[in-house]
Amino acid sequence: MNMIIPIINVLLALLLAPLLPGIINRTKAIFAGRTGQPLLQLYYDIFRLLRKGAVYSRTTTWIFRAGPIVGLSSAIAAATLVPFGGSRALLAFSGDLFLFAYLFGLGRFFTVIAALDTGSAFEGMGASREAQFSALAEPVLFLGLVAVARETNSLSLSGMLPAMTPETWIKAGPVLTLAAAAILFVFLTENSRIPVDDPNTHLELTMIHEVMVLDHGGPDFAFIQYGAALKLWIFGELLTGILLPLHTGWPPRDEIIAIALMAALAVAVGIIESTMARLRLVRIPQILVGAGTLALLSLLLALR
Amino acid sequence: METLIDSVMVVILLSNLLLLGSSRLAACIRIVATQGIILGILPLLSSEGEITIRVVLLAAWSIALKGMVFPWLLNRAIRDASVRREVEPFVGYTTSLLLGSAALAVSLWAGLRLPLPPAAVHSSLTVPVALFTIMTGLFVICSRRKALNQVLGYLALENGIYIFGVAFVQKAPLLVELGILLDVFVAVFVMGIMIFHINREFDHIDTDQLSTLKE
Repeated sequence: MNMIIPIINVLLALLLAPLLPGIINRTKAIFAGRTGQPLLQLYYDIFRLLRKGAVYSRTTTWIFRAGPIVGLSSAIAAATLVPFGGSRALLAFSGDLFLFAYLFGLGRFFTVIAALDTGSAFEGMGASREAQFSALAEPVLFLGLVAVARETNSLSLSGMLPAMTPETWIKAGPVLTLAAAAILFVFLTENSRIPVDDPNTHLELTMIHEVMVLDHGGPDFAFIQYGAALKLWIFGELLTGILLPLHTGWPPRDEIIAIALMAALAVAVGIIESTMARLRLVRIPQILVGAGTLALLSLLLALR
Repeated sequence: METLIDSVMVVILLSNLLLLGSSRLAACIRIVATQGIILGILPLLSSEGEITIRVVLLAAWSIALKGMVFPWLLNRAIRDASVRREVEPFVGYTTSLLLGSAALAVSLWAGLRLPLPPAAVHSSLTVPVALFTIMTGLFVICSRRKALNQVLGYLALENGIYIFGVAFVQKAPLLVELGILLDVFVAVFVMGIMIFHINREFDHIDTDQLSTLKE
């Protein structure tokens, strides 16, 4: 019993992750008065891409081919570390939040050098932006997580997120609210959503994540899309885990509540994207420093 | 009750950080006005059930002054001077935010170590937030170029002193509080007129250019 629910959680993440971008796009379509693409569009895209072959430029090396594989496998590895719906994660040990952050760091590193490997100027620009913004987002994530860790007296994600109870929220409401706000900014930055990056844009000059993967095709591109959806799901698990204080104690009900909360988060992201414009690139570091200030504030309040 | 006051204190902290990070003058005026209104409610929250007439009077007077009269005066000033935003502050907005977090750390450290009568303070955050608001006010006065932002810094400074006063509201005489509010009112009034005159004379409200004036 102890191992079944964590395994189901990982399978849920693998299965449901491509649904989140669909929900976001549907919300945006409703806001814009369009019908929008099907909710399952990303599944269709991934299967279509998997059936195709890949084309590799003669200037690229093995790094270019390793990029998508490392990106996807690091995301799957991170999925085993994050608890969902009040139960513990498949893998849990003290300090696993650092492994969690740096698994994504590893995936990002390979995406960046794969983009540089093509020698394309556009992809180089995207890689430089990705490196810059994620370097700024990383301390924000850690400050926020350490504040939550301090409130729950645990250095493991499986100790932190299931420990959220109404009592924790009454005792440390301001700390948790600020930490969650900071992690929401990290969530938007890491997943290249508005206001940091516009996932719909087709102008290379303004893109960050999409521009780095322009030269990938076929199964490689399917891996990248799937990895990005998985990353969205996993960061969503982290955020909803902090925001959800109630655990009923009956696993199926907890799972359903948690999945509903993930869908609500996707709708919220869609609303943010529909009501806000993408920020100018020079303003993004300022926003991230602001998020860092929120995280620092929550840590200072927690240490008080 | 303590969690409620704690939350109010955190909101004031956030409004200070917002003041440090925003460049639009109208937004800054709104932030300081909101701060004033929240501070007006604070004595009602912290008076522990026995809401006396003087506490209500103090709250009403300070809400009316800081939430309505000052924003009206200052909004009129920016309309007359037709400035929208602070373009080139002495210290940039990102740096201001970072320095603000440093000041926050210092004031939390110092505020929890000040020897104070324990019964007087309702929340352990009150004194640190008071210190931080004072520091924010001083910083805005020093680091911004536009006269209007300096007035806002002065108001934030006064808000900080007011938070200190609220902690001791049951002990401090009403007349002293009302006197301080009256002083601030006169000061803002005079500063509003000053801004208007500086603007009419020089077509801008950049104070650093005043230092180059010669006889």
